[in-house]
Amino acid sequence: MSVLEKADSGVAPRAGLVGRVPALAVLEYQLVAYRRTWRAGVFSSFLLPLLTMVGFGIGVGAYVESGVGGVSYLDFIVPGLIASTALQVAVGESTWPVLGSFEWIKVYFAQAASPLRAGDILGGHVAFVLFRVLTSSLAFLLVAALFGALHSPWALTTPLLVLLIGLAVATPVFAYSASVRSDSYLSLLFRFAVIPMSLFAGVFFPVESLPTALRWLAYASPLWHGVDLCRAATLGVAPDWSVPGHLLYLGAWAAGGWLLARACFRRRLVV
Amino acid sequence: MSKDGVLIRARGLVKRFGDFVAVDGIDVEVRAGEAFGFLGPNGAGKSSTMRMIGCVSPPSGGELQILGMDPRRDGPAIRARLGVCPQLDNLDPELTVRENLTTYARYFGIPRRTARERATELLEFVQLAERANSKVEPLSGGMKRRLTIARALVNEPDIVLLDEPTTGLDPQARHLVWERLFRLKQQGVTLVLTTHYMDEAEQLCDRLVVMDGGRIVAEGSPRELIERYSTREVVELRFGAEGQETFAGKLAGIGERTEVLPDRILLYVADGDAAVAEVHARALAPASVLVRRSSLEDVFLHLTGRTLVD
Ligand SMILES: Nc1ncnc2c1ncn2[C@@H]1O[C@H](COP(=O)(O)OP(=O)(O)O)[C@@H](O)[C@H]1O
Ligand SMILES: [Mg+2]
Repeated sequence: MSVLEKADSGVAPRAGLVGRVPALAVLEYQLVAYRRTWRAGVFSSFLLPLLTMVGFGIGVGAYVESGVGGVSYLDFIVPGLIASTALQVAVGESTWPVLGSFEWIKVYFAQAASPLRAGDILGGHVAFVLFRVLTSSLAFLLVAALFGALHSPWALTTPLLVLLIGLAVATPVFAYSASVRSDSYLSLLFRFAVIPMSLFAGVFFPVESLPTALRWLAYASPLWHGVDLCRAATLGVAPDWSVPGHLLYLGAWAAGGWLLARACFRRRLVV
Repeated sequence: MSKDGVLIRARGLVKRFGDFVAVDGIDVEVRAGEAFGFLGPNGAGKSSTMRMIGCVSPPSGGELQILGMDPRRDGPAIRARLGVCPQLDNLDPELTVRENLTTYARYFGIPRRTARERATELLEFVQLAERANSKVEPLSGGMKRRLTIARALVNEPDIVLLDEPTTGLDPQARHLVWERLFRLKQQGVTLVLTTHYMDEAEQLCDRLVVMDGGRIVAEGSPRELIERYSTREVVELRFGAEGQETFAGKLAGIGERTEVLPDRILLYVADGDAAVAEVHARALAPASVLVRRSSLEDVFLHLTGRTLVD
């Protein structure tokens, strides 16, 4: 029973990296929990892009013979779908799992009783969400490459772009999920933010086709900026907006979302 | 730790939720190696106090010092040296018993290897070694509680905080937990626990405070409290369906004090048998008579006029 004998309990040994970046311990926990379910997810993370690619790119694309702005319909929607996959995964992983960690399994409260701070708990979970965003988008990217839908070496930057999209979307959603007490609010988020964004923020058709008011809504959404960047990367063309502008806009969502989420986490965990 | 061995020192400690005062200016000192208890009914402010000591709830007023540090400033450093068993288990039901310990150990920066070794030892200690690789979800309440206690020990804490460690457990599961906590106590681990079970407080606590309505109403060892606030023996009389009040008047003068409860009358006396003889001498025929030693329950009843568990 050496664990319980005070005699040989010196100063607790601190593990290198986790000792310095405590959020990594939270990421580690999330990965251990994910290890139980990832196999079920792998199949669908390849199947879904495959089906959308065949259905929209080839099926619908056959009717859009002229393509969009000089590129085939498949090539046009692939980068949009990659960005919107990042959005869907980021939101999905930042809603029920976050609400559940407060309300159902209460794991955040267990973590808050350890030396972790609210920011560590938030940071570790956000890091896990980014990991999920990255792996899902890579699956999509791989399928897209097989369909010959990547046309520029800039396509190699899409993993970084989806991380930025993921961060810009996940952090404000963490704040939202930490502020509501019932999961009916989470469905609202999908109905009134995720679905409209996925449909109207330039994934399936250029936002220029929208009436002016809606077009500005699309411009305001983080997804449109992500779609425009991803499209520029996979097609090797100039984006509609300046690249630094896009990056700054998404960065602002990420930074604002982080501050908001951390405040919400503190309010829930420190009472 | 400060020089006098005081690990926790609270002075006029207050916790408010809005206008509501949950903890109303309490003074507490917990010394190294002792088992210290907060005894009180639901709503007394026990959990609020424990959460302030656990540095997850900032005090609204007063002073609080833990391990010589200030919770407002040194929260993470203090929490690194505490083990916490909260009132409601917050284990991860999807992880295995062992994973719950190893992932938790990592929050304290404990290397993976050490974490695995400690998990093995602690599971042995709380008698869950055979369940190490099963999920937490199907475990019984008592097993989950023991696992939560093991988790609280994973960082070799200087103080273990246990908020109602056996509430909701059946008697057998409860005895198993008591037995483990007693072992910890023997090994010199400082325990701070809350309970509304007087037998738990009597068995485990070297010293305790009785809390009611956010205040401390008495303090001492279980024995001191019983000596100070109660008599040596208690006679419990039940007078069937007629209602106890009608008989209460006829018992005047027997013993130091009489408590009339809805279902029985308690006579506080030095000598139980003599008191029973006196009851019979007055031609009273209670349906049942029980002579017992005084307990903390009687202390609480005397101090507040209410029973602990309702
Ligand atoms: N977060 C909170 N917000 C508002 N009131 C609270 C909160 N936590 C506890 N209380 C109130 O404070 C009082 C003391 O609660 P608690 O410390 O949990 O008592 P105990 O653990 O002794 O049962 C109760 O009346 C409870 O309703
Ligand atoms: Mg409580």
